[in-house]
Amino acid sequence: MLSQVSDFLGQTVFTVYIQQIIVMTGINLIAVLGLSILTGFTGLFSFGHGGFMAIGAYVAAIFVARLRLPFALAILAGALGAALVSLLIGRLTLKLKGDYFCIATMGFGEAVRIILNNVNYVGGARGWESLPLLTNIWLVLGLDVVFVVLTWNLINSRHGRNLVAVREEELASQMAGIDVFRYKMIALVASAALAGVAGALLANYLQFLRPTMFNMGKSTDLTIMVIFGGLGSISGTIAGTILLTGLPEFFRNFAQWRLVVYGLAVIVIMVGRPQGVMGGFELTPSGVRKSLASRKARLALEAEVRAAEREGKA
Amino acid sequence: MNQFLQQLVNGLSIGSIYALMAVGYSLVYSIMNFSNFAHGSVIMLGAYLGFFLLTLVGLPFGLAFFLAACGTALIAVILERLAYKPLRDRNAPFLYFIITAMGASIFIDNSVIATIGPTPKTFPTQLLPSFLQSGSIKLGALDIGRIDLAMFIITAVCLVALVLFIDFTKLGKAIQATAYNMKASALMGINPSFVVILVFAIGGFLAGIAGVLYGMKYQVFPQMSGITLKSFIAAVFGGLGSLPGAMLGSLLLALIETFVSGYVSTQMRDIFAFCILIAMLVIRPSGIMGKTSEDKA
Repeated sequence: MLSQVSDFLGQTVFTVYIQQIIVMTGINLIAVLGLSILTGFTGLFSFGHGGFMAIGAYVAAIFVARLRLPFALAILAGALGAALVSLLIGRLTLKLKGDYFCIATMGFGEAVRIILNNVNYVGGARGWESLPLLTNIWLVLGLDVVFVVLTWNLINSRHGRNLVAVREEELASQMAGIDVFRYKMIALVASAALAGVAGALLANYLQFLRPTMFNMGKSTDLTIMVIFGGLGSISGTIAGTILLTGLPEFFRNFAQWRLVVYGLAVIVIMVGRPQGVMGGFELTPSGVRKSLASRKARLALEAEVRAAEREGKA
Repeated sequence: MNQFLQQLVNGLSIGSIYALMAVGYSLVYSIMNFSNFAHGSVIMLGAYLGFFLLTLVGLPFGLAFFLAACGTALIAVILERLAYKPLRDRNAPFLYFIITAMGASIFIDNSVIATIGPTPKTFPTQLLPSFLQSGSIKLGALDIGRIDLAMFIITAVCLVALVLFIDFTKLGKAIQATAYNMKASALMGINPSFVVILVFAIGGFLAGIAGVLYGMKYQVFPQMSGITLKSFIAAVFGGLGSLPGAMLGSLLLALIETFVSGYVSTQMRDIFAFCILIAMLVIRPSGIMGKTSEDKA
C-alpha cells in the first residue's frame, strides 16, 4: 500500500528527470555532510574521499549482487567498510601535520582506484554492470533527513564544539584538555562512513560501477561543495550541494566551462570570503535571530557613533 | 644483465624529469610550508607554451625552449601574486592554501580543456633540432633514446646550476635563510615577499623545462598535471623542503618504478608508487633527507 502511494507520488509529482537530479543531489549531500564535518568543522583536508565512497559502493554491490543479502545490510556494510579503512588511515597519519594527512589521503584515494582496476571479481577497469536498482528517491530523502539531524546534533554537542576548537587552535585545545588526535579521528571516521553510505546508494542507483567514477576529480567535487556553502555551516553545506549538483543540469551546453568556473570560484572564495556563501551562519530560527540581533546591535552602535560625532561638532 | 642496464637507463631518464618537477614542489614547501598542488598545472602550461611557440609562432627550437621556461616562470609568479599572496597577507590558515591550490589547479586544467581541447598534441619531429630527430643511440646492446639522453643532460645542468645558485650566491643564501626562519631573516633585511617570488620563478622556470621535455618524449595534454603527481610523491619520498632529497627521491622512485614494471608488471607500478608513499609517511614522514616534522604540530 505504502509503496503504491509512493509510486503514485513519484510518477506524478516529479518527472523522471527531476527525480534523477534530486536523487543525485541527495546522495551527494550525504557524502558532502561528511566532508563538512571533516573539512568545515575540524579543518582537515582530504583528497581521498572518492576512495571511501568507492569502498562503500563496491562493498555494498558485493553484498547485494554477489552475496544476495538485503540492501539495508549492504548500506550498513558499505559504511562500516569505509569507516574501518579510515580508522587505519587515521591511525597512521592523523598524528602528523595537516600537509602529510592531505598527501596520505591522496595516495590512499589513488591506490583504491588502481587496486579496483585490477580486481576482476568486481569488474576491474571495464566496470561492473547490471547491478540491481534498489535506491529510490524516498530512501535517499529519508536518509538525508536522518543524517542532517545526526550531523546537526553532533556539531551542536560538546564533541562538535571540541571539533571546532581543534580547527581553530590545535595547541590551545590540547592545553584545554581536548584529545586532539581522538577528535580528528572521530571526524575522519564519521566522514568516511557517510561517504560509504553515499557510495552504497550510488552503486544501486546507477546500476553500474567503474573505478574512474571515484577518482580525485570526484573527491575535489565534493570538497568544492563544502567550500561553496561555507566552511563550518551545515545549512551552507546543504545549499552548496543543491546548487552545485542541480545547477550544472541547467547549463549542460556549458558543461566544459563548469569546472573552469568552479576552480575560479574556489580561488575567489578563499581569497575574498573564505567563510563561503553562508559562512558560519545557520538558516534556523535561532540563527536568523542571532544575525538579526548582531545587525541591530551594529546599527545601534553606528547611530551612537554618529550622535557622538554630532555632539562633538556642536 | 642487459635488461637490467636498459631499465637503469630508462629509470634515470624518467627520474631526471621527476627531479625537475619535484624541485619546484620542494622549493615552495621549504619557504611557505605548504604543498603547491597547482605546480603540476603550471608544468602543463609550460608544455603547451613550448609547443605553441614552436609550432604556431615558429620560433627556432632553442629560443622557443628558453622562452617557454621564462613564460612558465612568469605564470608561476602570477599565480602566486593572485592566489597565494592575499592569503599570506592575512596569515590565513594552512587549509586555505591547500584549497586555493586545488582551485587553481582545477581552473588551469579545465581552462585548457575548454579552450585548446583535450586532444593530445605531439611535437612535430621535423621542428626538433637535428640531434633529436633520428632514432636511438646504440651502445653495445643498450638502446639509449636521444630525447632520453637530452633529458638527462639538460636536467643535470639545470640541477647543478640550481645547487650552485642556492649555495654560492647572495640570492640563494637569502632563500636558505628564509627557509630556515622567515621572521628572523626578514628582520635581517631579507624581503620575504621577494624570496617567495624568486622561489616561484625558479620553480616555474624548471617547470617549463620539465613540461617541454616531457611533452617531447610523450605528448602534451591537459591531464599532464595528474602525471606530475608522481614527481610530488618523489618530493615527499626524498623529504619535502629538501632539494637534494627531491633529486634523490625522484631518481629512486623512477628506478623502483621502471624495475617494477620491467620485472613484475606495468599495472603494479602505480600501486607500488602509492604504497611507497604511504609506507614512507608512516615510517619516516620527513622523507629520506627532509627536516623533521615534529615542530610543526
